[in-house]
Amino acid sequence: MALSSEDSGTRLASAAMVPRIGRILRRHRDAPGVWTVEIGETDPGVVPCAAGQFNMLTAFGIGEVPISLSGDPRDGTRLIHTVRAVGAVSRALAKLPQGAPIGIRGPFGTGWPMHAARGHDVLLLAGGLGLAPLRPVIYQLLAERPRYGRIMLLYGTRSPAEVLFMHQLEAWRRHLELDIEITVDHAGAGWHGHVGVVTTLIGRMGLDPVHTLAFVCGPEVMMRFAAAALEAAGLPDTSIHLSLERNMKCAVGVCGHCQLGAAFICRDGPILPYARLRPALAIREL
Amino acid sequence: MQAYPGLYPVAPPQSAGPEPLMTSALAPPQVLTHAGFDALLAELKRSGHRLLGPIVRDDVVVYDDIESTADLPRGWTDVQDGGHYRLQRRGDDALFGYAVSAQSWKPFLHPPGQRLWSARMRGDAVQIQPEPPPSERMAFVGARACELHAIALMDRALLGTGPGDPYYRARRAQVFIIAVNCSVAGGTCFCDSMHAGPQVTAGFDLALTELSDQSPPVFLVHSGTTAGSAVLAAVPSAPANAAQIAAEQTILAHTRASMGRKISSTNLHDLLLGNLQHPSWTEVGERCLACGNCTMVCPTCMCTSVADVSDLSGERISRSRRWDSCYTSEFSYLHGGSVRHSTAARYRQWLTHKLATWHDQYGSSGCVGCGRCITWCPVGIDLTEQVRAIAAPPAG
Repeated sequence: MALSSEDSGTRLASAAMVPRIGRILRRHRDAPGVWTVEIGETDPGVVPCAAGQFNMLTAFGIGEVPISLSGDPRDGTRLIHTVRAVGAVSRALAKLPQGAPIGIRGPFGTGWPMHAARGHDVLLLAGGLGLAPLRPVIYQLLAERPRYGRIMLLYGTRSPAEVLFMHQLEAWRRHLELDIEITVDHAGAGWHGHVGVVTTLIGRMGLDPVHTLAFVCGPEVMMRFAAAALEAAGLPDTSIHLSLERNMKCAVGVCGHCQLGAAFICRDGPILPYARLRPALAIREL
Repeated sequence: MQAYPGLYPVAPPQSAGPEPLMTSALAPPQVLTHAGFDALLAELKRSGHRLLGPIVRDDVVVYDDIESTADLPRGWTDVQDGGHYRLQRRGDDALFGYAVSAQSWKPFLHPPGQRLWSARMRGDAVQIQPEPPPSERMAFVGARACELHAIALMDRALLGTGPGDPYYRARRAQVFIIAVNCSVAGGTCFCDSMHAGPQVTAGFDLALTELSDQSPPVFLVHSGTTAGSAVLAAVPSAPANAAQIAAEQTILAHTRASMGRKISSTNLHDLLLGNLQHPSWTEVGERCLACGNCTMVCPTCMCTSVADVSDLSGERISRSRRWDSCYTSEFSYLHGGSVRHSTAARYRQWLTHKLATWHDQYGSSGCVGCGRCITWCPVGIDLTEQVRAIAAPPAG
């Protein structure tokens, strides 16, 4: 039995599988093996990407990987993505010189619940490269500063050298518009900040649990402990939002790679409330 | 649902029971001789269809190009069990006297390889050429009830959400389906348990029942669509008599009663998701080879990966999609390792997706009871046994 053919739908879907072509405007190194690339698009111009969403970036001839937006979501002139060079594709992306073409599909996925954060205190909890998908939140919170209560960033990395966006963090801290606490697992000489895992900082923040939303991004094990610590601090599990990472190929919920339970992380995530994730995160290798 | 809330929102009601018997709203059933069936195939070919149907190749029944009924597996049947498949002579001239082919229609609707786009690179200039969706018209000859259910499931998964898959859509949009009611059930069949057969009830243009013990052997034909009626009207056929219509129900009742396997499909969703740490996952993980055969032959397993390739100069590049399997370590790979590094976890992912989370995602089970995953498992792992192992109280 035949199905009706929808030509316009077919064209639209075809387009979703084919990358747009952007150009590298600039790139710089943020930490060992971590590069931030700025991408320009002329045809039809930069496609806006919300805080927490991701694009599928193609290094032509090598492959495609999902990378969250790390730049200002209101910047209509460029897309900024931060990449850790760990695989064939991410290494190729990190090496792209100025002017080089880069493929872009997206944006995909759910963003951070910025609207729900209005009128609330916002606690950002980042581990390692997990600061990158949270930086768009900081840009947006600061641009709309009066809409929110306290803004707090708790950030943990393995070592001081791995702290991302250090100059920016220092500038933000100087302006006193948000509380920033940074901790490292292994300090060296010259580090005068906190040492230890990032969850230990939660208790010292004096949170108002009823009026606080927490956005958490980092390695999954860190997010599990962070969510538990936030609950212990009194936050309901519906106020804790995590950004999940999974293998992704299609980004539109048909290739099957990113499934976690009944969720396709590419489409139903990557940002999901802990209330939905808790049972899945409690079971190994799900 | 209390057993496993969270990511699994609300389980839609499971299928209430067998679907109503086929109603021939469009026309009363007709009777077609073998010669009439050949005329029907010729008519489809004349109208531009690529004819695909069962043939015997490499000692198995598979779907491939056919010219006429002469290519069909006349007089063959199949003996299937866990890790076991043999062809056997029936002693008659039945064309569809086997239970279920080795591979489903999946490769024709959702091919193992599909190029998505190609590009030319000249310096920093890139020109991308999207791969156009195919325009071929196919006719599936001999699709079984379980396979029609599987196609309906693929429709829901690949076309139902978001922009959908344009290649699947293009192939699917032009398919003409001649279904066949099963006259035998295989040793690994359990479509009756899954409410997906053996009677074809929907999703066909024409549906046949082979009355092979009549002399001469004939087919009872139902039209499911106006396209089906039109093709049938173009070839000689006669109205079916009451005995022939009754014979169809006798055959189906016999098939239903001879299913080689069964599964209790009552709330498998809650049973499996409430037992994600049951010891039997580890036990089956020790036997499973993680070869992925079950996912290759499953008519609803549709996971894919993509691969980008370039020529030596890097000037011509392309991206292709290919079948993937949740049994490989690469499938869930993230930097540093696979999310599912153990075979047990991969088996659990496959089975719980098929029988449980599919309900949350698409509103029904992802299994149609065709039994291929049991037959083609090199170590004979049987999902109906696995479900029983989980339903049983833990030993000791």
